[in-house]
Amino acid sequence: MPASDYIVTIGLEVHAQLTTQSKMYCGCKVGYGAPPNSQTCPVCLGMPGAMPTLNEAAIEKTVLTGLMLGCENPEISKWDRKNYFYPDMPKNYQLTQFDLPLCEHGSVPLYDHCYPKDVQKDIPRPGYAVKLTRIHLEEDVGKSTHHEKNTTIDFNRAGTPLMEIVSDPDIRTGEEAFAYLNSLRQILIAGGVSDADMEKGQMRCDVNISLRKTEEEPLGAKIELKNLNSPAAVRRAIHYEIDRQSTELDAGTPQVQCTRRWDDDLGESTVMRSKEDAHDYRYFPEPDLLPIRTAPIVEAMKKLVPELPHEKSQRFVTDFGVTEYDASVLSSDKHLATYFEQAATGAKNTKLVANWVLNDLLSALKESFTEIQDSTQVPAENLRALVDLIESGKISGKQAKNDVFPAMLETGKTAGDIVKEKGLEQVSDTGALEAFCDQVIQENEAIAADVRSGNEKAANALVGRVMKLSKGQANPKVVIGILLEKLK
Amino acid sequence: MSSLTLADAQEQLRSGSLTPRALTESIIAAIEAGDGKIRGYNSFDAEAALAAADTADVSLPLGGLPIAIKDIINVKGEALTCSSKILEGTFTSPYDATVIAKLRAAGAIPLGRTNMDEFAMGSSTENSALGTTKNPWDTSRIPGGSSGGSAAVVSADLALAALGTDTGGSIRQPAALCGCVGLKPTYGRVSRYGAVAFASSLDQIGPMTKTVRDSAMLLNAISGHDAMDSTSLDEAVPDFTAALGKEIKGMKIGLPKEYFIDGIDPEVRAATEAAVKQLESLGAEPVEISLPHTEYATATYYVIATAEASSNLARFEGVRYGHRADAPKDLSDHYMRTRAEGFGAEVKRRILLGTYVLSSGYYDAYYIRAQKVRTLIRQDFSEAFQKVDAILSPTSPVPAFGIGERCDDPLQMYLADIFTIATNLAGICGISVPCGFTKEPKLPIGLQILAPSMQEERLISIADAYEQSTPWHKERPC
Ligand SMILES: [Zn+2]
Repeated sequence: MPASDYIVTIGLEVHAQLTTQSKMYCGCKVGYGAPPNSQTCPVCLGMPGAMPTLNEAAIEKTVLTGLMLGCENPEISKWDRKNYFYPDMPKNYQLTQFDLPLCEHGSVPLYDHCYPKDVQKDIPRPGYAVKLTRIHLEEDVGKSTHHEKNTTIDFNRAGTPLMEIVSDPDIRTGEEAFAYLNSLRQILIAGGVSDADMEKGQMRCDVNISLRKTEEEPLGAKIELKNLNSPAAVRRAIHYEIDRQSTELDAGTPQVQCTRRWDDDLGESTVMRSKEDAHDYRYFPEPDLLPIRTAPIVEAMKKLVPELPHEKSQRFVTDFGVTEYDASVLSSDKHLATYFEQAATGAKNTKLVANWVLNDLLSALKESFTEIQDSTQVPAENLRALVDLIESGKISGKQAKNDVFPAMLETGKTAGDIVKEKGLEQVSDTGALEAFCDQVIQENEAIAADVRSGNEKAANALVGRVMKLSKGQANPKVVIGILLEKLK
Repeated sequence: MSSLTLADAQEQLRSGSLTPRALTESIIAAIEAGDGKIRGYNSFDAEAALAAADTADVSLPLGGLPIAIKDIINVKGEALTCSSKILEGTFTSPYDATVIAKLRAAGAIPLGRTNMDEFAMGSSTENSALGTTKNPWDTSRIPGGSSGGSAAVVSADLALAALGTDTGGSIRQPAALCGCVGLKPTYGRVSRYGAVAFASSLDQIGPMTKTVRDSAMLLNAISGHDAMDSTSLDEAVPDFTAALGKEIKGMKIGLPKEYFIDGIDPEVRAATEAAVKQLESLGAEPVEISLPHTEYATATYYVIATAEASSNLARFEGVRYGHRADAPKDLSDHYMRTRAEGFGAEVKRRILLGTYVLSSGYYDAYYIRAQKVRTLIRQDFSEAFQKVDAILSPTSPVPAFGIGERCDDPLQMYLADIFTIATNLAGICGISVPCGFTKEPKLPIGLQILAPSMQEERLISIADAYEQSTPWHKERPC
């Protein structure tokens, strides 16, 4: 049977690095690019006698994430040891949370604009929210580098707070997984809890996927995919895996639980370890840390829950009259949304502001490889002023695009100053324009007659001449008005 | 001068009749002359101690007083072995344990690292990979353990006082067997940060001294909340010396019937009964009580302690520090040979036991059940303390046994701690004070007093009243 006839069940385990100053269980700084092992201490090096302490900021950010995703919190949350030997892991156990994580349940909404562009027109479960199992807090490991004769380990990353977000097996396609990761990223950024860039390793994702023929059957053998470094890679790996499994199932080869490593360059996965190699992690409660009561933290974090991207998007539609799609794009990035909101508030034409932000501004930023929050050349109020000048007819849209905006980008000056400097202000002074119009009518009797006889379209030719006389500074709307009046 | 108590040495330092340097020199001389026989020390840094003595401020609470440190507590810049080959000769402490920082702040001078059972696993120091410490009262016998080195050097006047650690009796049992005072504080009273963990939910650091007063002085310096140890209790620290010299009239002393069993050495039993009489003469009132879950304490302890140890000791694998096997074939060969070569038999036995009880399929039957029994044992004590102010028993069922006598029978060895183990499971505090001697040979006998959590003052009052009314603490091994 074709791959599309199988029921595909997918669950994601996402690890997100939290934006905390210090590590999870010690006071060492979190940061990248420092000399190897310079950001370490007895605790994160697993020295004899060293003991962990809890990073409150990391706990708070995890609880905040839970609130953003509608999670519940067990009354008591505790830490556990996950025991296995691994050279990058100094204590040879990972300090994680086993049966009482900080957050449980909740869901991640799949935003339309977070799907791959090619499927946005045809989303099978529009508005769906993927259910979550849990969110817990643990520590990262160090990093090994293999040389010809030996291996070196940098423990700077060891102990960095990692939030693990585990979804239910509630995803059906690679495209949903793609949308899940992008939507989740936007929410994490909105809450300021993680930068969540998969390509930078700030967010990592393992995929569990199984196939079965009917809903009545139990879930098929769970295949875990690792080494997925972007939402696009996740999508590709899932497509590959669905094809591979369905082909094998069709050929009568049953699937056996295992972990496979995805190679995005080759576009294929290979077996990494089988079920027999699975560790017995011997979880038990961490005796060095006391369990915590979640209620006071939840209460404190409630005040910090930000407006989420989909809520913001809805507000942009209502308050600024922009289209649903534009609103969702504008609200997809915290900084973009802030910029737009500043520019649009008090603007004469908010839809036009949205167009300018999404088209001219974003492509200019893209060309200069600048993030919107780092760009200083065109502050939001300057863009609003530019759009207001267009809207009030002081300059034309064409002038704004070709002359004013590029100069704003280049100099950082306001639109008003540039218009003045360049003498671009459109002439709307009817006295001056009437003189131009009279001159043009005199010089073009034939056309004027045509207009007088009822062919209003012919007036456009006269407008062009008036514009020429005014060296382009006449306001064409005003000009046409005068001409039609005179040629009634 | 090494025979002085802490309190007497302090008086002499403050009066100016003794200088910190002269005191430190005399202890170093005593170690050099006497430790060959006892083997209580794994190492000592005379130079560092003398340098500290030269700048000592005797007005501080422990100013200029050298203290011996069990070789499981990190002292920055000094070798740390835990009496194990896996650290011996390859590890220097990169930091001070909190208790060491506190001792330094109180003006004390850490001097010498005392021998112990490897990673504190044992009751005789015979599990030390570096050599067995001898009992100063009879060098053919063990000093007890695991803090046997600390007990022996205090008893043999090779130290004024020492720090030990107690996971199931490791301070109290060797103190009893060597004839000194050993106090296990309430779990959380003293920071564990920097003491190499054996069983994290049971370990406590405590003083081992010649008198109850000295224990109170040391406890003053090392107690208190520590941000580096989340399990340390955020409670005010009283002046424990204020509990000395108090009347104990009217105090109810519980005698658990489960502790006065067959198998107690007759002389130990007689000494304990005499101690009860003595306390009665001081106005205390003996009351028979029951601790019904006593018989499960040893099994419970060995499940919990070994489970935690199996995980705590995973960090010793030669990747970042410590012994490393030669030319390993691959990573797994490196792990296996490093640990096979580095750990002794008892440590391996406990790691295996602990790994087993945590394994999937066995976890509920062992670890979870042990935690439930632990709760029952804790309840036993809290119910008993509704009726009595303190509980009294022998510290050890037997006096010091001969070196090698119990080595082949780990179960027999585990019984050495039957009266002390439940204390750690309950998290309460306890002390052992000398309460007499066997006749032939003359070996010390210890009396254990237990009090509820955070009631060290009560322990000290009772122990001090008993000590000051009896001659035992004045006797020295010859
Ligand atoms: Zn650190």
